[in-house]
Formats: sequence, C-alpha cells, structure tokens
Amino acid sequence: MKDAPKTPAAGDDGTKLVGVVLVSHSAAVAASVAELATGLAGGGTLAPVAAAGGDGHGGLGTSSELISDAAAAVDRGAGVAVLTDLGSAVLTVKALLAEGDELPSGTRLVDAPFVEGAVAAVVTASAGADLAAVEAAAAEAYTYRKV
Amino acid sequence: MLDADFFRRWMTATAVSVEHEAERLTALDSPIGDADHGSNLQRGFRAVATALDKEEPGTPGAVLILAGRTLISTVGGASGPLYGTLLRRTGKALGDAAEVDEREFAEALRTGVDAVSQLGGAAPGDKTMIDALVPAVDALGRSFAAARSAAEEGALATTPLQARKGRASYLGERSVGHQDPGATSSAILIAALAETAGE
Repeated sequence: MKDAPKTPAAGDDGTKLVGVVLVSHSAAVAASVAELATGLAGGGTLAPVAAAGGDGHGGLGTSSELISDAAAAVDRGAGVAVLTDLGSAVLTVKALLAEGDELPSGTRLVDAPFVEGAVAAVVTASAGADLAAVEAAAAEAYTYRKV
Repeated sequence: MLDADFFRRWMTATAVSVEHEAERLTALDSPIGDADHGSNLQRGFRAVATALDKEEPGTPGAVLILAGRTLISTVGGASGPLYGTLLRRTGKALGDAAEVDEREFAEALRTGVDAVSQLGGAAPGDKTMIDALVPAVDALGRSFAAARSAAEEGALATTPLQARKGRASYLGERSVGHQDPGATSSAILIAALAETAGE
C-alpha cells in the first residue's frame, strides 16, 4: 500500500518534514495505524506518512518492495522514520538498510511500540522536528506504563 | 577452485531440495511457527533460480549477492532477510574474484553466518538456523561432507531446546520437542552445497 502523502512536502515555514513509514504484517493494521496517527496529529500541516502492510499479494507478511516504495514516497530530504510491528518486519527493514541503496539516505529504523510510536512520530514530524527528535519521541512511547 | 558456475549450481540444487522438502519444512513450522517456512523458501528459491537464469552473474560473489537480494525481496517472512543476508554477506566477502578456493569460501561463509547472527540477535542454543550454520562453517575447513553432517546434527540437536528467538519463543516450554524449521532448512542449504561439490 503506497499511500500518497496527504499534505504538501514542506511545513508552514517551508522546512522539509521527516517522513514516516509504518510497516506491519497486515495491510489493514498498517493503514489503520496511519489513519489513527494522522487523525490524532490533527489540523495544520501533516508530515508525509505511508503504510507498507502485508506481503504485497493480499496476505500477511512483509514486502521489501512496499517498504522501499513507501520510504521513497515520504522522503522529503529530511529523513525517514520507519516503524515496524513484528520480527520479520524488523529483519526486513534492517536487511534493506544494510543493502545501502534500497532506502532513501537518512532512513532510520525506529525502536518504538508500533501504535503509540506511530502517533508520537507523526505528531512530532508534523511539528517540523528533525529525524533525531522524531525518533526520540517515538522511542519514548516505550516508557509510558499502562498499569 | 570454485567458480561462478559452482555457485549457480549450488543455488539451483538448493532450489530443487527446497521443492522436495517444502512440505516437511512447513510441517515442522506448524507446531512452533506460522506454518509457512516451506512455502516461503519455495517462493524465494524459485525466484533465485529465475533471477540467476536471467542475469547470469559472472563471479561467485555476484551469484550470491543476486541470490541474497532476491530472497530479501520475495520471501515475505523472516527467512527472507535472514537467508538473504547470509548469501549476500558471503557474496560480498568473496569480492570480485572469478574463482575462490575452499578456504576463502569457508571464511566468507563465516562472515555471512556472523551477519545473520547479528541481524537476528541469535546465538548458538537459541533454536534457530544458527544452530546448523555455525557447526557447518566450523566443519567446512575439513570438507563439504563434514559440513553437511555437522549441519544435519546441529538441526537435529535443536529438538530438545527451548526457542528464544522469533515466533516460537512466544511458546516458551511448548517449543521443546520440535526440531527447528530454520535449522532444518539451513541443513538443506549445506547439503545442497556438499552435493554440488560431489561429496
């Protein structure tokens, strides 16, 4: 699933925004989390977000092609934060990063919980933060205890 | 000396073995995994055979890099990036040489196995493909046949282990008593290597 970014490339002051890619084993999960995160990021400028869910053939799994396409689609030159769900999605992104030329330069696999991290990443990126700040915000979602 | 043709034949032999063993791999993957290991590898190695036919890479390194890249892009499960990384890193370690000797290949394969271990964070005893690949690479210094035996023994020895990586790790003690599918497919890869070498 290669969602077109929902808003233009740049923030209000013309700064380039960090893109966010959401990789899930399920196309529906990836698309829904993208919808949730952009919905909660609310009004104003939205960072480009793309979902890369499922195996690309309607099944559960991870597609390196969908991931590469999604990363290219959200790249505005300010870096791309990639969030993943389960093990093989993590391994696929790491393998693509190791390939060197499969993902835009400045693409980073972010260590974060998928849903909470996605919301934090999209909100932070939409505010015009840089990649390190987007990564830190997403990772910080791990520290929020529910009980 | 081992040339590009040797490595093409190794990949083709692996594809053939994976076709034969796909059902067994999937059966091993059904109690402790998501029952797709055989079909995933089948799809991946079919694509490898096709890609090698079409592109005809000319060096051992190029054969393995193309095979690895193809696995990463076609498999869709964890075995894609893991086997893809194994072959690609091995291929990169071989460089541009038109032929490599067995010792150079053994060293390159160790680089590949180390990369897989790092990618998945798995060590020997975690009930993964590493349990077949590490003993195989250790034995490769002696002969291809020794590597095959070591990989098979390593795969069998995963049965009593408790999984600490991947989906099987969620099962805790219930993963005990099942042979690891990834170690089994790794033994198939190494057996195809020995077969290609005529051992």
